[in-house]
Amino acid sequence: MSDRLRGKMPEKGWKELPIRGLIIEPGNSVNYETGSWRALRPIINLEKCPHCMFCWLFCPDGSIIVKNSQVTGVDLRYCKGCGICAVECPRQVITMVEEAEVAKETNVW
Amino acid sequence: MSGNRLKGELKALEGDNAVAEAMRQINPDVVAAYPITPQTEIVMTFSEFVANGLVDTEFLAVESEHAALSACIGAALAGARALTATCGPGLALMWEMLWIASSWRLPIIMNVVNRAFSSPLNILCSHDDAMGSRDAGWIQLYAESQQEAYDNTLQAVRIAEHPDILLPVMCCLDGFVLGHTLEPVEVLPDEVVKEWAGTYNPCYSLLDIDHPVTYGAADFTDYYFEHKRPQWEAMERAPKVILDIGEEFGKVTGRYYHLVDSYRLDDADVAVVVLGATSGAVRVAVDRLRKNGIKAGMLKLRCFRPFPAQQVVQALQGKKAVAILERVAFFGAEASPVFLEVATAFYLRGVSTKLINYTYGLGGRDTVPGQICGVFQDLIDITQTGKTEPIFRYLGLRDF
Amino acid sequence: MVVEAKTRINLREISNKEDKLAPGHRLCLGCAEGIVVRQVLHAIDYPVVVCSPTGCLEICTGLFPYTAWRVPWVHSAFENAASTIAGVEAAYRALKRRGKIEDRVIKFVVFAGDGATYDIGLQWLSGALERGHTFLYICLNNEAYMNTGIQRSSATLKWTWTTTTPVGKVIPGKKESRKDMTAIIAAHNIPYVAQAAPHAWRDLMTKVRKAIAVDGPSFINILCPCVRGWRYNSKDTIAISKLAADTCVWPLYEVDHGIWRLNYKPSPQRPLTDWFLSQGRFSHLVAPDNANLVIELQQCIDQEWAKLEKLCQCFAD
Repeated sequence: MSDRLRGKMPEKGWKELPIRGLIIEPGNSVNYETGSWRALRPIINLEKCPHCMFCWLFCPDGSIIVKNSQVTGVDLRYCKGCGICAVECPRQVITMVEEAEVAKETNVW
Repeated sequence: MSGNRLKGELKALEGDNAVAEAMRQINPDVVAAYPITPQTEIVMTFSEFVANGLVDTEFLAVESEHAALSACIGAALAGARALTATCGPGLALMWEMLWIASSWRLPIIMNVVNRAFSSPLNILCSHDDAMGSRDAGWIQLYAESQQEAYDNTLQAVRIAEHPDILLPVMCCLDGFVLGHTLEPVEVLPDEVVKEWAGTYNPCYSLLDIDHPVTYGAADFTDYYFEHKRPQWEAMERAPKVILDIGEEFGKVTGRYYHLVDSYRLDDADVAVVVLGATSGAVRVAVDRLRKNGIKAGMLKLRCFRPFPAQQVVQALQGKKAVAILERVAFFGAEASPVFLEVATAFYLRGVSTKLINYTYGLGGRDTVPGQICGVFQDLIDITQTGKTEPIFRYLGLRDF
Repeated sequence: MVVEAKTRINLREISNKEDKLAPGHRLCLGCAEGIVVRQVLHAIDYPVVVCSPTGCLEICTGLFPYTAWRVPWVHSAFENAASTIAGVEAAYRALKRRGKIEDRVIKFVVFAGDGATYDIGLQWLSGALERGHTFLYICLNNEAYMNTGIQRSSATLKWTWTTTTPVGKVIPGKKESRKDMTAIIAAHNIPYVAQAAPHAWRDLMTKVRKAIAVDGPSFINILCPCVRGWRYNSKDTIAISKLAADTCVWPLYEVDHGIWRLNYKPSPQRPLTDWFLSQGRFSHLVAPDNANLVIELQQCIDQEWAKLEKLCQCFAD
């Protein structure tokens, strides 16, 4: 298996692993960043965002960042770029942009 | 196995009822079971205990054996002491789950009232079921008597839950031969069993809401091997624990248990290896032959998994010829499973005792001491001619 | 007794809570299962233990050394999620009664695919429902075995293309009609049974709240559009979900303590051809040669709908 698929977790010997094939760190998939799958990036025009939460509700990946009941952006570490948020936004304030186009403008999230 | 003084009450019990009695006294958190002949009596009797409030176990009368073991697995993952029982086809239906129970190191106790596999349909005893699942990662104990079936169930709880082990235990008793016949069984006082069984202290319970764990994540090439490795480790530790607990049980009851049991074996020239209820017939045969001056002896395997290779070799080395009796219809190998284990153990330790293998008693056919005497006669012939062929033989078959 | 959801669902309020399904899972982009699981778990205000049988959700959320689950979760095998959770629930009752665990409310939820529910796990599910364990069984119904590569299940609509019902020169897709699983479950006379779909999120989440509140088993069959298996663009998952309700392919209804209630009536009902046009798995049905199949299927859907309306009239509040 490739290093990329192995993710960040170090390879442990059998004596170092918990019994029963257990994973004892809940939700540690946050260390596995699926954002690399993305071809299209959602850009939210936050000024026009009605904060209806539909994008948050319909995101399969829980990648819409919400603070104090306000949408504040997209967590690009996980967003796979499906585009559902853009279709379901009632005000159409989310646009899907080719990753290649935005790659130059770094880390805007 | 008889004790020097009685610690409990003598009751006339069928094997199934003796097991149910042990289960009542253990009063497990959860029992999930499905009735199947000849195990049915266990489930029926336990149901009565539930109905009469003699236990406060959560009893799940499930819709199949697969569901029975699946539910026990769920219960054990949630930190419960879980017991079930089955036989033959029911065990076959559970097959997939046997491996999951042992991989998860769940101390589930399952009595298997041995029954033959179809076809043709047969509800009587063969060891096809337990022997077929011998490599599934369960500890396997075989009972010679109703008393042993009761005692094994009590010991199994402690063996399975021992922190060094954490493996499921299969307690086997011959269908009908033990399961449905009455014998006196010394039943310990309830409070003695309660203290003996203690409380199960689980780790990583699914009900520990504040520390959520993930059970059953998929593994591929990178971790599967490492996750399997500890099962060997647990199996390797098991003999010592089984012996310790057998010793401790002896101190409580006067009945001491080991991995193997010998009968008039020390000075024997020829010996029979057997497991389960047929040991009784072999004892009678040995006594008869001894009266005629023939040095016959028996080695009974109480524990088949883990296989006590060291103890078997120690008990049998120096014998002139040994016959291994097996109640299985398995096909394609040179001989049946116990024979292969014994032969391997001998070979690896440079012992070259002559070995032959009998398959006997299939589908509940009686095997009587006279037939066992015939086996010993075959062994004596071998000591004289040196000729073991055929290695694989049929005992009690109309061979024409 | 009909259970009412405690409170109206307020998205802004809920959205401040942490997801019980963490990101970093490997469901396909646009997968409805991620959406549905999030909606379901956000609707439940109790601690939960989750069980998933083998399937897309299982393999994509628990792949050692990573788990997306922030709640206790177990995957045992393909067919036995209902028995597994029954064992957990029985242990919960036993250990609580015996004072071995803290006396607190814990809810038990299964997320299973249609293969695990309609086909291989039906016996286990039926047994657990009949025994009356208190658990919520969610069927994530994407109408085929998607995890193994789009093979037909008994949830697959007639004449659908799958990899085991390919559209050949002689046979145009799956020959058999789908099974009415929700009605089969309702026939167990358990307290709460429903069908839902993720576009109707308020309906879905309200149903979850009703289901989780009952004493005894509950079941919700939730349509989960599948980008890969249904052959559509990932952005359209929710739109496809709505279309299913509007074409009456997937009626939204509930059987609440024996009362049948239609939760959505499309007005107007859209023709089935719209459903077929929206997905590649039906592309053969759009061909003129297969017009008769479309007519047959439309009749089928209309009959199912008529039957459902009748049930809702007969067994109304």
